[in-house]
Amino acid sequence: MISFTLNDKPVSLDADPQMPLLWAIRDMLGLTGTKFGCGIAQCGACTVHMDGQPIRSCVMPLSAAADKKITTIEGISEDNSHPIQKAWVEHNVPQCGYCQSGQIMSAVALLESNKSPSDKAIDDYMQGNICRCGTYPRIKAAIKSAAGNFDLAKNVGGDA
Amino acid sequence: MSSSNQHLENVSRRRFLKTAGIVSGGLILGTTLPSVAPLWADESSSNELNLFVSIRVDGQVDIICHRSEMGQGIRTGIPQVIAEELCADWDRVNVVQGLADEAYGSQNTDGSRSIRRNYQRMREMGAAARTMLEQAAAKEWGVKPSQVYAENNFVKLRGSTRQLGFGELVKSAMTMTPPTTETLTFKSPKDFKLIGKPITSVDIHKVVGGTTEFGQDVRLPDMLYASIERTPVVGGTVESFDEKAAASVNGVVKVFNMPARPLPALFNPKAGVAVIASNTWAALQGRKQLNVKWNTGNNGAHNSEAYLDDLTSKITTKGKVIRKSGDAYLMAGRAAEKVSATYTMPYLVHAPMEPPAATAVFKDGKCEVWACTQTPQSAQQNVAGALEIDKENVTVHVTLLGGAFGRKSKPDYVVEAALLARETGKPVKVVWSREDDIQHGYYHAVSAQHFEAGLNSDNRVQSWIQRTAFPSISWTFDTRVDEPQGGELSLGFGDMPFDVGALSMESHKAPGHIRIGWIRSVSNIHHGFALGSFVDEIAVKAGKKPHAMWLELLANDRFVDPATEGFEYGNYGDPKEVFPIDTKRLKNVLNIVVEKSGADKSTAPNEAWGISVHRSFVSYVAVATKVSVVDGKVSILEMHSAIDAGTVVNPDRVRAQQEGSMIFGLSIALLGEISVKDGAVEQSNFHDYQVLRMPQTPKIETYIVESDAPPGGVGEPGVPPVAASVANAIYHASGQRIRDLPISKHLRVS
Repeated sequence: MISFTLNDKPVSLDADPQMPLLWAIRDMLGLTGTKFGCGIAQCGACTVHMDGQPIRSCVMPLSAAADKKITTIEGISEDNSHPIQKAWVEHNVPQCGYCQSGQIMSAVALLESNKSPSDKAIDDYMQGNICRCGTYPRIKAAIKSAAGNFDLAKNVGGDA
Repeated sequence: MSSSNQHLENVSRRRFLKTAGIVSGGLILGTTLPSVAPLWADESSSNELNLFVSIRVDGQVDIICHRSEMGQGIRTGIPQVIAEELCADWDRVNVVQGLADEAYGSQNTDGSRSIRRNYQRMREMGAAARTMLEQAAAKEWGVKPSQVYAENNFVKLRGSTRQLGFGELVKSAMTMTPPTTETLTFKSPKDFKLIGKPITSVDIHKVVGGTTEFGQDVRLPDMLYASIERTPVVGGTVESFDEKAAASVNGVVKVFNMPARPLPALFNPKAGVAVIASNTWAALQGRKQLNVKWNTGNNGAHNSEAYLDDLTSKITTKGKVIRKSGDAYLMAGRAAEKVSATYTMPYLVHAPMEPPAATAVFKDGKCEVWACTQTPQSAQQNVAGALEIDKENVTVHVTLLGGAFGRKSKPDYVVEAALLARETGKPVKVVWSREDDIQHGYYHAVSAQHFEAGLNSDNRVQSWIQRTAFPSISWTFDTRVDEPQGGELSLGFGDMPFDVGALSMESHKAPGHIRIGWIRSVSNIHHGFALGSFVDEIAVKAGKKPHAMWLELLANDRFVDPATEGFEYGNYGDPKEVFPIDTKRLKNVLNIVVEKSGADKSTAPNEAWGISVHRSFVSYVAVATKVSVVDGKVSILEMHSAIDAGTVVNPDRVRAQQEGSMIFGLSIALLGEISVKDGAVEQSNFHDYQVLRMPQTPKIETYIVESDAPPGGVGEPGVPPVAASVANAIYHASGQRIRDLPISKHLRVS
């Protein structure tokens, strides 16, 4: 039995400890906001926070989540009120939307670590998140506009 | 047009209620799907005025979107058009995803035609429903219909403050005779409140909250998860596999040898072995134990490198003439100067961020499917065919599509889910991995193009020869097809719009060996690259600026009709009278990007602009790209694109499609390559099939031509000019002419 905190709620799973956290979250715990994109940490669609740090859940064994605090897209706000989510709406960022959970989780982590990132810093931090529709310019713009409002976001999500 | 009358006549209430009942078919099967079927949770409370419009007594307007949402914004665009003519309050509009149902007409969400083919029809649906509401109000007040008008979810009495809400009127409106098309009145574009406005996507709040449902996300009670090991070679079959080893993995429920179908490939599942388990991970683990041995068949001898060498060699010889004017060979012999070049592109794959996925339930001879499909009706037909049941017994729910680009027009994965659901008697979700997606796609064709131009002593083009060779999409459906088909030659080849004197356009044979399919802009990808590059090469030879060279070749304002030179041009299925090849519009978008970008101005050393312009899907797009090339490394600095797509419904989504097309085009130009060895695709995931990432993405500017012309395509036309603009820019920055894509074979990409 592996226990951890998922979006501030305690959960326990009886599952293969080698199962990637992604499949535990999606198939066993029923939260499908975290997406499967590649399975080898190449695309970032599965990004969640573990104790506040962004991780690729598709390669993180469930055993590594034991006693940790996991935050998924569903957990960063109750009502899409996180500044990153608001900026995403303001800039009409998504096209298909599939990669956006991972993009948002990476962007939240970026702003947690750097309140006013430069273009270069955004590029460097976000390069692990692929968007095939090509929303990168809007993601960058949204991150910049959220950066201005980010103090409001403190402690909203995960272990900020 | 007569078809529009039919649309309204088809709007049978009985038919619609039947459809609405099927929408909640999940309930019939004892299952619920909160985010797929909230739509008609209580369908009896929504009152249907026609196939696309129903209104609840509280005033909520339920509008059907019958096309698939894959990021292009159609779930916003179609309702925008209907709500405009309905005079609905946009805040009261609820979008309902249509099931597979031929009553809607074609639901094939491809070919950049959702707005193009539905704009007028959707206006009619909105106007017809509005007319019925107005008639109901007039009856209520005992006045003539001309004395009332609809506005913002109300019908109002002229010269009075009296008004009735749509919700109050709908029961009475339902009893009105639907108006005929001829009697409908439409808004003047100057009065539009929704069409032409950058309305925010209807799904955006669910997307940013992570609560949308894509094909990969479908969950049903007692559902099993399947992963399938498929033949690496098209036409291959299973020789043996280790069922026991796979079945012994914890969580694996069943191992099933998928039925093998002979070629042609069609939309049939490939031969393979499915591992069905209680979760995705267990299925993937079981699959690793299968140790499948394959019979590869004839296509096991296919090697893409040797195949492309062969195309490149034969393309320098005369082929089958498909369009001709004068004697190009004679005139070429008299040329003062000649320019010739051969261009190649590799196979490409779609790689949408969401790998294909489908979920099915089979019970009592009926199948219900949830899938991220661009073609719900084709999915329905193929499932029915594979299960040998009537298509009326197959219900297809369309989830959101996590990208598609043409891949999800091919419902092989939906058929897989249906077969496994029947086999297990339980709901089954087939989850494709990224490796499955890359290695079992329907690929963009590998190709070679060859161009020869003869210049006269004034450096003007007097002769033109162009050739193309690539395996046809039609091979996927009929293995006897061994050359490009007219539909493909209509995509940026036979419709070449230049005034070049004598010309000969030719194609060469190229048999198929892997499943060939359509990818965003299809054959325009390679034809646009070759033609756009060749213009630049002529400009260099003639000592002219590229912009001037393009304008000279496009020549005077005119409509080009390839039929006059013997080519039966498809024109994307649209009439040439309404959508001619208009050189004026080509020149206009080119002039816009050159002026806005400053592409004709000088640049820093090692930096340069490249331009290209292309008409496809009856829209016009020009691109200017600025690059730097330093020490064998290319950086894309800036891109500008201008699109003339006629009437635009949602300019923000058009802008988004242009941004996305630039980035999709850059992935193709810079990085995209699928290679095949011994019949099998060599790449497997994003580490070896690379796509553009944020640091490689330049600043992008988009210009939309304001136009009241009929709407053209938007999703695809941005892609074709990109690769040529990049290659041209690289030449002008470095002197290196890249004719064989991807560019990463020649330069490092940063």
